[in-house]
Amino acid sequence: MQGDGQNTPIGFKDPLMQLSWINENDHAYILQSRYMIMSGITSSTSVLKPGTPAPNFTLHSAPDQSMALSQFRGHPTILAFYPADFSPVCGDQMTLYNEILPEFQRFNADLIGISVDGVWSHLAFSKDRNLHFPLLSDFEPKGEVAKKYGVYRSQDGITERALFVIDSDGIIRWSYVSPIGINPGAEGILKALESNQLQSRNQKM
Amino acid sequence: MSREEEIIKLTLPVNSNRDHIQGPSAAPVTLLEYGDYQCPYCGQAYPIIKQVQKHLTNKLRFVFRNFPITQIHPHAQHAAESAESAAAQNKFWEMHDHLYEHQQALDDNHLEKYAGELGLDLTRFNHDRSSHAHTQRIREDFLSGVRSGVNGTPTFYINGMRYNDSWDLETLLKTLRSKF
Repeated sequence: MQGDGQNTPIGFKDPLMQLSWINENDHAYILQSRYMIMSGITSSTSVLKPGTPAPNFTLHSAPDQSMALSQFRGHPTILAFYPADFSPVCGDQMTLYNEILPEFQRFNADLIGISVDGVWSHLAFSKDRNLHFPLLSDFEPKGEVAKKYGVYRSQDGITERALFVIDSDGIIRWSYVSPIGINPGAEGILKALESNQLQSRNQKM
Repeated sequence: MSREEEIIKLTLPVNSNRDHIQGPSAAPVTLLEYGDYQCPYCGQAYPIIKQVQKHLTNKLRFVFRNFPITQIHPHAQHAAESAESAAAQNKFWEMHDHLYEHQQALDDNHLEKYAGELGLDLTRFNHDRSSHAHTQRIREDFLSGVRSGVNGTPTFYINGMRYNDSWDLETLLKTLRSKF
């Protein structure tokens, strides 16, 4: 088989192009998406940066309850996107933040966890870990909010491990994307809340 | 910048006036653990640390700080308070070891039983616990961990830098040995 050009099969026709309802533009888009998925390029390269107004959203926090980001205006908000409920470690990210909640509250800050898990999974997870803050379901359309914030991983259908600190006027003050397998802890959030507090004090003076 | 290579430092340096320390202060390497007595992973790490200490003898200084995750471990806080009460009677490490060796039973009755087994003055032990004499110190440990980037239990620091690698015996020993 040597020198047979096995990597470029002669006469190969992309089966996608055989489908009559796919035009050339669609095909180019699909090829590009495929390339991005295979090469690990995700939308997270465009994660929203400090200074950007935080896109509003409304998501389910319980089977019969929704929450809008705009409800949290007036004080700082921490958005914690995380890959999935039930990571198999003690003191996983959400459990850790739950324990640190009183520290966030010193800054009058609210914490919101977001993943693509459904409300029932969130409910079970929240109960198991005794969480005292809402978990929102970015479930349908899947990952829509994560995409708005530039932290959706299309190659595996989950969100990045990403943090946003939003000020009382709804402006992103700090954002951070952690390597997916590494729990970033809370130090970055607390630092961001501290500098945000300083800033708003200075503005008032 | 590669985020994986970020160096995360211990913000509260080891201090012999407040910390629980095993090994000489002049040891070339210091291993510090933020741990929770009810955390099964800390329970797994416990015999590994013992082995590490055996191998490295006086080359190693080991420090333990409290990081109770109370919302999932209902006995973690009282266990930590018991260890601190024992410390007030100069028996911190005895209690620390005893708790990790009896991790499956850490309710208040057992904690008192362990204090008796270690020969502690029980009146003082119980008074410490009921008056929450050591709550503040445990909170201080916990917050110093939060500000140092503790991201679960156990989290280890080697010579003041967060250790992100595996803490199996072989890897941990190799890393510690590379420091002297």
